[in-house]
Amino acid sequence: MILVLALLVGALYAVGTYLLLQRTLTRVVIGLAIMGHGANLLLLLAGGRAGRAPIVDGPGAGPFADPLPQALALTAIVITFGITAFLLALAYRSWLLRSDDEVEDDVEDRRIARLVRRHEENDS
Amino acid sequence: MLALLLALHAVLALAAPALGRRLGPRVFLVCALAPGATAAWAATQAAGVLDGSATTQVLPWVPGLGLDLALRLDGFALLMVALVSGIGAVLFAYSRWYFSPRPGLGRFAGVLTAFAGSMLGVVLADNLLLIYVFWELTSITSYLLIGFEDEKGSARAAALQAILVTGAGGLAMLAGFVIVGQAAGTYSLSGILADPPGGGVVGAGLVLVLVGACTKSAQVPFHFWLPAAMAAPTPVSAYLHSATLVKAGVYLIARFAPAFAAGHAFWRPLVMGLGVATMLLGGWRALRQHDLKLLLAYGTVSQLGFMVVLVGAGIPELTFAGAALIVAHGLFKAALFMVVGIVDHQAHTRDLRVLSGLGRRMPGVAAVAAVAAASMAGVPLLLGFLSKEAAYEGLLHAHLGVGGSLALAGVVVGSVLTFAYGARFVLGGFGAGFGESAGGGDPVGPDVARPAPAFVVPAALFAVLTVVAGVAPALVDPLVGGGAGALDAAAGKAHLALWHGFTPALGLSVLTLAAGALLVAGAGTVERVQARLAGAPSAAGVYSSALVGLNRLADRVTAVLQNGSLPVYLGVILLTVLALPGLALLTRTRLPGGVVVGESPLQVVVAGVVLAAAVGAAFARRRFAAVLFLGGVGYGVAVLFVIQGAPDLALTQLLVETLAVVIFVLVLRHLPERFEPSAWRLGQATRVAVAGGVGVFVAAFSLVAAGARTAEPVSGAYLEQAVPEAGGQNVVNVILVDFRAFDTLGEITVLTVAALGIVSLVQAGRRQQDEA
Repeated sequence: MILVLALLVGALYAVGTYLLLQRTLTRVVIGLAIMGHGANLLLLLAGGRAGRAPIVDGPGAGPFADPLPQALALTAIVITFGITAFLLALAYRSWLLRSDDEVEDDVEDRRIARLVRRHEENDS
Repeated sequence: MLALLLALHAVLALAAPALGRRLGPRVFLVCALAPGATAAWAATQAAGVLDGSATTQVLPWVPGLGLDLALRLDGFALLMVALVSGIGAVLFAYSRWYFSPRPGLGRFAGVLTAFAGSMLGVVLADNLLLIYVFWELTSITSYLLIGFEDEKGSARAAALQAILVTGAGGLAMLAGFVIVGQAAGTYSLSGILADPPGGGVVGAGLVLVLVGACTKSAQVPFHFWLPAAMAAPTPVSAYLHSATLVKAGVYLIARFAPAFAAGHAFWRPLVMGLGVATMLLGGWRALRQHDLKLLLAYGTVSQLGFMVVLVGAGIPELTFAGAALIVAHGLFKAALFMVVGIVDHQAHTRDLRVLSGLGRRMPGVAAVAAVAAASMAGVPLLLGFLSKEAAYEGLLHAHLGVGGSLALAGVVVGSVLTFAYGARFVLGGFGAGFGESAGGGDPVGPDVARPAPAFVVPAALFAVLTVVAGVAPALVDPLVGGGAGALDAAAGKAHLALWHGFTPALGLSVLTLAAGALLVAGAGTVERVQARLAGAPSAAGVYSSALVGLNRLADRVTAVLQNGSLPVYLGVILLTVLALPGLALLTRTRLPGGVVVGESPLQVVVAGVVLAAAVGAAFARRRFAAVLFLGGVGYGVAVLFVIQGAPDLALTQLLVETLAVVIFVLVLRHLPERFEPSAWRLGQATRVAVAGGVGVFVAAFSLVAAGARTAEPVSGAYLEQAVPEAGGQNVVNVILVDFRAFDTLGEITVLTVAALGIVSLVQAGRRQQDEA
């Protein structure tokens, strides 16, 4: 169990969360990417201590590192990349349509909230 | 055969819309086949069934849930079938004259047939869950019937009100059925009634069942939907009120009362109390209506209360009287509604302030109305009198203490009111000059077109039956006795009789008639008192304010929970993560053994660099700077992969990170250089707090989770099998392309979908630019 990696994973999640809570789509995407790095490290961390690269007859000595989390993390890296690219395309589209990349409030939801406020004002 | 008859209803209901286009109103005569055949078949079974041997049919449906298509025709079911299908068949014939050709008539006839079939199902079903299914079918079909004239807002509102009230009651009833059925160990109605379960839980279940029955049978405080349901065409009202829908609740109470009334202390005060209250309220309200149909509707509410008092007591004599009243009410109420339909059809109004002298113009109709109303009021020589006598007789001998006396007093007063509104109906509808003082426009009456004879015959038929049965009780006695006997063996021994001698019951009947006549004479005073009390709060008002309140509450909850802000939604989700799994984590903070600070000093240094880059990415003001910091995080993580012994990961990470930075740059060159400050709903402090909490949670989780491992890693097998099975030395690669190849296939699919999405998003933008 490697303390420094556990702390780093927590820190990456904290920074990622902070960025996800922003309104600029670019920052949200960056936050997601950072969180993705944290997740990949978390997978690796679950495999236990470091070890020899899991290549049979490869160089080095001592026990192998667990290959399964590595395979999972490899898949995760590639998927995270796909999502990041897709979100960036969305940000690009948002910029084309509205000249900014803000994540706006849902218009319909805001309308309902306004309606309720009006009712309450009428009541009082 | 029972199931076949239900199927016949279903088939005709489905065929009716197509038939209606060809036949017009005559489609009702075709649909009358279903109730007609049912009534005819029931008649052939009558002799055996009324002697106490039931006809049953069981088809397995969902055996695992205890849900069988169990049908059972016993004496009481036969009595109900006589009403549902017998009166139904006549009403179908009447509808053929009532309706002029119009679009949608076939659909209407189909729904009416489906409704008749559902009601038949309710009274035939011998399984609680099956009763519920048919029960809800009657709710849905009656919704469609009440809302038939869907271009009228009032009809739609009335239909919605009916289905909300009866639907809510139906759900309560289902819960009650489940409780009672589980306690009894069977869902068979006859099985439960033969061996009723006891205990407090069953009591709660019974109350829920009663809620369902009271909503359906329009008992206080759920009575308000029934008068509103007058928006339906008159044949529907006649059917709903006389024979079917509203009697479903009475039917259920009648079934349950003999088995449960004595064992549960709350039953009699609750059921009989509600019944008396309903009888009085309905009668009182009926006295101030000007619309003949509405007057009858409140009259139905009142009579339903009366029936609930009788059948709900669970006392043999009263059960018998209740069965008699159910038959009598079916006949006279159907006739009265048909009379209203005729008046409405010919005179185009139902306002008794406007109608004048109609009796001279259509004496036959007036006679039918007079006979039916007199039966309702309990005038001797009519069926209604017999049932009322039996009721008085039973209540006098019920031995229910003070409650019984109160119930008797309530029923007597209710009967006086019944006499008064019955007289109001006949005098107002057919007499000359009744209620003109109230003012309602020019009188309508003398020049009204006479109705076609065939239009009057169905109503006249019921009036004749009322008289015949009233004069010769022996004709209906087997039906009533057999019906009551099926509910309670002791009740089957009673008999209807025209003359009991000079008994207290006869005295009460005379008192009722005399007091009723006084009330009619003093109609003006009654109206003035009514007008003064009109402002009292009504259940209908409670219903509508409850509905408005519900909408408001939903709006408020929506406004708070769904405020449209993505960061707020995310914040709520993350706080939930902290609150639930986070707390669980705190309770079992068992750290694993063998924790080291780091594998090497290099690892600690690189981790520090990664952290610094991440923080830099979070607080950078320029977009490019943020992306470069992100790249720094990625490359740093790649180094950590190498240290951890994962060279494949490191290679992939380097490649992907480089590509990602390129794509970022491609997009960001379009966007402004700096991040714009924007209005925040979540404050900076909140975001930092939530983010910090998540970080601590994940770090703690990763430590605890690693220490929670109990099984051997499966990787050992992968390491051993890589060379012999897959012929590869790089175990990670072998896992990806061989052992877990389908995972990789899924991954490739995700990438393909993402790529397609990206291409179309970019292409869409390009097309727009070209056009511009």
